[in-house]
Amino acid sequence: MYDYPDKNGHFGPYGGIYVAETLMGALDELNQAYEKYRHDPEFIAELNYDLKHYVGRPSPIYHARHLSEHLGGAQIYLKREDLNHTGAHKVNNTVGQALLAKRMGKKRVIAETGAGQHGVATATVAARYGMECVVYMGAVVPVESGSRTLKDALNEAMRDWVTNIENTFYIIGTVAGPHPYPMMVRDFNAIVGKEAVVQMPELAGRQPDAVIACVGGGSNAMGVFYSYIDMPGVKLIGVEAGGRGVSSGEHAAPLTTNSPVGVLHGNKTYLMQDENGQIIETHSISAGLDYPGVGPEHAWLKDSGRAEYVAINDDEALRAFHDLCHFEGIIPALESSHALAHAMKIAPTMGKDKVLLVNLSGRGDKDINTVAHLSGITL
Amino acid sequence: MSRIQTTFDKLKQHQRKALIPFFTAGDPNPALTVPLLHALVEAGADIIELGVPFSDPMADGPTIQRASERALKHHVGLHHVLDMVAEFRRSDAETPIVLMGYGNPIEAMGWETFARRCAEVGVDGVLTVDFPPEESHEAFAHLTKHGIDPIFLIAPTSSDARVELVARQARGYVYYVSLKGVTGAGHLDLAAIEAKIPQLRKHIQLPIGIGFGIRDAATALAVAKLSDGVVVGSRIVQEIEDSTEQNVVANVSKLVRELRQAVDQA
Repeated sequence: MYDYPDKNGHFGPYGGIYVAETLMGALDELNQAYEKYRHDPEFIAELNYDLKHYVGRPSPIYHARHLSEHLGGAQIYLKREDLNHTGAHKVNNTVGQALLAKRMGKKRVIAETGAGQHGVATATVAARYGMECVVYMGAVVPVESGSRTLKDALNEAMRDWVTNIENTFYIIGTVAGPHPYPMMVRDFNAIVGKEAVVQMPELAGRQPDAVIACVGGGSNAMGVFYSYIDMPGVKLIGVEAGGRGVSSGEHAAPLTTNSPVGVLHGNKTYLMQDENGQIIETHSISAGLDYPGVGPEHAWLKDSGRAEYVAINDDEALRAFHDLCHFEGIIPALESSHALAHAMKIAPTMGKDKVLLVNLSGRGDKDINTVAHLSGITL
Repeated sequence: MSRIQTTFDKLKQHQRKALIPFFTAGDPNPALTVPLLHALVEAGADIIELGVPFSDPMADGPTIQRASERALKHHVGLHHVLDMVAEFRRSDAETPIVLMGYGNPIEAMGWETFARRCAEVGVDGVLTVDFPPEESHEAFAHLTKHGIDPIFLIAPTSSDARVELVARQARGYVYYVSLKGVTGAGHLDLAAIEAKIPQLRKHIQLPIGIGFGIRDAATALAVAKLSDGVVVGSRIVQEIEDSTEQNVVANVSKLVRELRQAVDQA
């Protein structure tokens, strides 16, 4: 049985709690609260109620027949996280953390956001539970430092947290950060894989040959992977942002490129950095994948060989975006388009009886302007 | 006996408190780092905390972040900082130097190499902001093996159990962060510091330095009365930022002299 992390938040050599002493008290408090409530029947009942009636779960699985026929190989199924309230998987986690914050008596929540989806999902649940909310994003509360990416938003949110630690709960949006965040965010997103394990036999008659998900920090991937880890017949494939190509250096694919291991944002993981240990700038068409590190559990799944990691370039993701619109009338987020692009790449090499499950982690309305611009379309 | 211990012992004999200024290596210009180190000593610094620039200084406020950015524009890396200490040591064999920064540049160099180099060039202590006792046991074993003191932070939010945990691993001195927040933020709550000190003394035999939020002679004096040493960081970095390359050494010297006078009244 897969049983990670250990009690100190380590996934093999990865993860842990690498933060200043000023945050340790708050993390102890969070750890205790999460341990207390994660198996508490009342907490679980309230969470499940809101996941059903507020988020709209379970999300369906959809057989992309037209696209699969066009590709002429494996059958592609989509886990429709794009149909959740707020349009992405992010809300699964923010509902969970906000309910925890409520029990801990925190009246203010903060969040970082790259693509905006986690920011929206946090602001939404803050309204739902009557909490004050501040979101750090390049364009919302302009991050004054650095190149205004997800990384800088995370830095700013951490600074806010350490300053307002008594009344503030930091809702981290991905499976990174100090323990217990990687575990907790995974647990709240694991509903995705739990549903898929039940839905796939109903719809496809069996479990998939491979589960494919995009990986920035890696929360949607951990969510859909987690229930499949102990099923050795199901391949797990994480798709990183290849940007302008992994050989160009302009990408956000630390796992695929075997970046050196380092410490950032509270955990040890594969990290894009220079020879002096300075974090380097990343590039991706998709803001949500534009991150120099990756959740420590993915680092461990890579090393242990349980999951494999590949990269999809900007232009391949863009093509997948158009193809899903064209063949199925579904607009995928640019993040999710990376996972889809990889499925479309391998499907034609597989038999028609093979089954691929793609986590369609978010909808792409937010990306329409970017895509139009890149495709030379005037809206 | 380490240079840090010798320094505190000597201060104690003379009933004085330590003045511990901080600035970032390579700021505003790598050529000015060694002159600034010597100027600080001349102006009355007992120990110097030398910042190692990092791209993502999460526990620091905007002032020290900008110092890191200025140094990184000159591509100042950890090995440069070690070279600067080596140069400083050629004409100063006494003043302890503590490197302060984040863990990743050291991870990239490797802890064993780093610790050996520290011993070679004459670094006395290392404070890694994002390596709490839980994660630093193995890494810091390399430091103590080479006679380098691991310096730890204690925060207002540190529980009794955590103070004890730090006390077991710390060497040299312990750095008490006097306010919640990032470096350079907010206002000091002297009553809160005074109330916390007995809890720290219960577990910590080492000297206690206090820093974060010390902005002038008055706050330096007030904090000196409560502790064994006063750490001044953002205020000095601000002075560097507000100066030109021509007058920065003179301006910083003047500031540190004022702080010295204040601390000596404690």
